[in-house]
Amino acid sequence: MIKSELVQRLAEENPHLFQRDIENIVNAILDEVGDAMARGDRVELRGFGAFSVKNRPARVGRNPRTGETVDVGEKYVPQFKAGKEIRERINRAG
Amino acid sequence: MTQKTVTRADLAEAVYEAVGLSRTESAELVERVLDLIGDALVAGQNVKLSSFGSFQVRSKNERIGRNPKTGEEVPILPRQVLVFKPSNVLKSKINKSMVRSGK
Repeated sequence: MIKSELVQRLAEENPHLFQRDIENIVNAILDEVGDAMARGDRVELRGFGAFSVKNRPARVGRNPRTGETVDVGEKYVPQFKAGKEIRERINRAG
Repeated sequence: MTQKTVTRADLAEAVYEAVGLSRTESAELVERVLDLIGDALVAGQNVKLSSFGSFQVRSKNERIGRNPKTGEEVPILPRQVLVFKPSNVLKSKINKSMVRSGK
């Protein structure tokens, strides 16, 4: 399922809303999650999962082909941990 | 660093501010978005949300695990796991803002 299909399905469930509004709603949700992580906040959605940001400290890496050392700067990466309910549902279905 | 936890209520508030719906309806729509994503994943579909990321269901084979306390070997049964792959847009947005703020 891609974003437009999600919008389509929501539009079918909500005939009183414009498709444009549905798009804005989906984007508002995703933007809010992204903005929260960009502030370093955690997003916790019970039953669904939790988004957080993890710090990867600067390190000295190595080009595996040449063996040359390279400085890798500090990084922040998004993380997602699936919630208990969805984890169980996915397993039961699979 | 002060870390806040964002919840469904905050997402509903964002929807409320973006579109002129009632708070109740905004909250219901947040719930439906999460449900529809969940249902697709349970049905074995991947969910791709452009400029955000994709949720994928991966199958894990059976493997032998070990109880770290007792050293006992236990089989870990084949199972399905949910993984999130952030888009490059999301990754760079987070990285830029966090490195800049020096958190």
